[in-house]
Amino acid sequence: MTDTTVKISDAAIRRQMLKDFWFYFSQNRGAVIGLAVFVLLVLTAIFAPLIAPHDPNQQYRDALLVPPVWQEGGRAGFLLGTDAVGRDMLSRLIYGAQYSLFIGIVVVAIALIGGVIIGLVAGFYGGWVDSVIMRVMDVVLAFPSLLLALVLVAILGPGLTNAMIAIAIVYQPHFARLTRAAVMGEKAREYVTAARVAGASNLRLMFKTILPNCLAPLIVQATLSFSSAVLDSAALGFLGMGAQPPASEWGTMLAEAREFILRAWWVVTFPGLAILISVLAINLMGDGLRDALDPKLKRS
Amino acid sequence: MLKFILSKLLYLIPTVFGITLVAFGFIRLLPGDPVLLMAGERGVSPERYAEITAQLGYDKPIWQQYLQYLNQLAHGDLGNSLVTKKPVLAEFLTLFPATVELGLVAILIATLIGVPVGVLAAIKRGSWFDQISMTGALVGFSMPIFWWGLLLIILFSGILGWTPVSGRISLMYFFPPVTGFMLIDSLLSGQDGAFMSALSHLILPSIVLATIPLAVIARQTRSAMLEVMGEDYVRTARAKGLSPSRVIGVHALRNAMIPVITTIGLQVGVLLAGAILTETIFSWPGIGKWMIDSISRRDYPVVQSGLLLIAGIVMIVNLLVDLTYGLINPRIRHK
Repeated sequence: MTDTTVKISDAAIRRQMLKDFWFYFSQNRGAVIGLAVFVLLVLTAIFAPLIAPHDPNQQYRDALLVPPVWQEGGRAGFLLGTDAVGRDMLSRLIYGAQYSLFIGIVVVAIALIGGVIIGLVAGFYGGWVDSVIMRVMDVVLAFPSLLLALVLVAILGPGLTNAMIAIAIVYQPHFARLTRAAVMGEKAREYVTAARVAGASNLRLMFKTILPNCLAPLIVQATLSFSSAVLDSAALGFLGMGAQPPASEWGTMLAEAREFILRAWWVVTFPGLAILISVLAINLMGDGLRDALDPKLKRS
Repeated sequence: MLKFILSKLLYLIPTVFGITLVAFGFIRLLPGDPVLLMAGERGVSPERYAEITAQLGYDKPIWQQYLQYLNQLAHGDLGNSLVTKKPVLAEFLTLFPATVELGLVAILIATLIGVPVGVLAAIKRGSWFDQISMTGALVGFSMPIFWWGLLLIILFSGILGWTPVSGRISLMYFFPPVTGFMLIDSLLSGQDGAFMSALSHLILPSIVLATIPLAVIARQTRSAMLEVMGEDYVRTARAKGLSPSRVIGVHALRNAMIPVITTIGLQVGVLLAGAILTETIFSWPGIGKWMIDSISRRDYPVVQSGLLLIAGIVMIVNLLVDLTYGLINPRIRHK
C-alpha cells in the first residue's frame, strides 16, 4: 500500500494560483496589449534620461514651433517638433511619463491604504462606527470628483503634491466602500470564527485573516483609479491647478499649448495622445484583471 | 411606496448636513484670515476689520458660526460674489440653464447612441460590430475630454470652418432670455438664423461632454443585455416561438433597462465634472466655467455656495434615480 496524500507547499499553491491567473488574463487579447503598452510606459519613465534626445527644459531659441520631422520645415534633431519656446516635444513627452506613473502610484497608494483601513474598521465593527464612517463617505461622494479635487487644491494651493493629495482624498471612499462590503461578506464565514476561537486579536483578524480574501475587487478598483488619477491630474494640470510650468506633465503641456491650437497642431496633439494611450492601456489591463479575478465570470 | 420615499429622505439628512459642513469648512480651511482674504489686495483698516469680523460673526465660537450659516442658508441667503457684488444665488440661476441645456443635449446624445449600440453589440456578441464598438467605447471612456475638445476645434473650426469656437450664440443675435435655453429662446425670438447659430455653437461642446457617458452607457447596456439574455424567462420566450425581435425588444430589453436607467442617472455627477472642462474649453457661460473662474479669481463666497448647490443637485438627482429604481423594481422597496 502506498500513501496517496500529496503534500502541497504554500509556494506551490501560490505558483498554481499565479498560473491560473495568467491563463485567464492572457485569454483577453486587449488586456495583454494593455499590459505590453504599460510595461513600455514604465520602461520609458525609468530610462527617460537615456532615451530622451534632449533635456526636456532646454530652450532652443532658434527652433521655436518647429513642426515634426515628416512635415515641411521639420528638422531631424526634433522628431516630434518643438513647442513655443523651442523645447523638444519628444523629450518632454518621454519625461512626462514619469509624472503620470508617479501620480498614479502615489494617488492609488494613498487612496488604497486609507480606504482599506477605513473600510476594514467600518465593516469589522459595524454598528454606529460603520454608520458614521459611511455617512462621511457619502458626503465625499456627493461632490463631483474633479470639482472637489479643484476646491481642495484651492485650499491647499496649486501644485503637483497637493493635486495628488486632493485626488487621493476624492478616490478614497470607493476603496472604503468596497472593502467594507467585502469584509461584511467574509466576517461571518467559518474560517473567521475559527481564527477568533483560536484567539486571534481583532487586528490580526482584520488584516491577516479577512483582508487577503477581499483583495480581488480592490485590485480591480486600484487599476481603474490609476487610470482615473492620470486623467484627473492631467485635467487639473490643464486647468492650471496641478503640476506647474515648466514641468513636462502632459496636462500642463496641453494648457501651455492651448493658444497655439490653430497654428501648431503638434503641440496639442501629442501630449493628449500620450494621455489617451496610457489611460487606455491601463483600462484594458483593468478589464482583463476583472475577468481573471472575478470567480463568477471565470467559470461561465 | 411612501415608506420607501420617507426612508430614503431620512437617510439623506446626515449627508445634507455633511455637505453644508464641507461648504462651511471650506472658507475656514483656507490658509490666512478670511476677512483679509475677502478684502483682497487693498486690505482694510483695523476698525473696518473689526466691523466686518463682527458682522460676519467670526468673533463668535465656531459652532455658533455654523448655526448662523445654516440659518442664512435656510433663508436662501448664499452670500454675495466678491467680484460682481451680486447675490451668488442670482448668478447661479442665470448661468445654470446654460449648463442644463448642454448637459441635457449631451445625455440625449449619449443615450440615443449608447443604448442601441450596446443592445446590438450584445445581440451580435463576438462580431466585428461588437468588437469595434466596444473598443470605441473603451477609447471614449479613456478620453481626456479637454484634449478631445481641442482636437474637435482644430478639425471643425480651424480646418473645416464649420463651427464657431466659443460662446452660445453669434453676437449678431440678441434677444431677452425667456427659458434660458438658447435653442428654445432663439426659436421664440423669430430671428432668421438664430436657431442655427445656437445649434452650431452647441454641437461641439455637447459631443465632447457626451463622450464619457456614451461609452459608459454603451458598455453597461451591453453587459446588462448579455446578463438578461442568459435568464430562464428569455429562454422560455424563445422556446414559446416568439419572434427574435419580440424576445429582445419586449422580454430582454425591458429588464436590461433597469440598471441602464440607473447608470444614466448616475452620469449627472460625471456631466457636472465634465462641464467644468468642456465649458472652459468652449467658453460656455455655465456653472462649470463660473466655478473655475471663481476659483482662479479667489471669489470664495461663490466657490463655497457653488460647491453646495452642485452637491445638492447631484444629491437630488441621485435620490430621484433611487426612487425611480424603486418604482420600476418593487423588490428594492421591500429590502
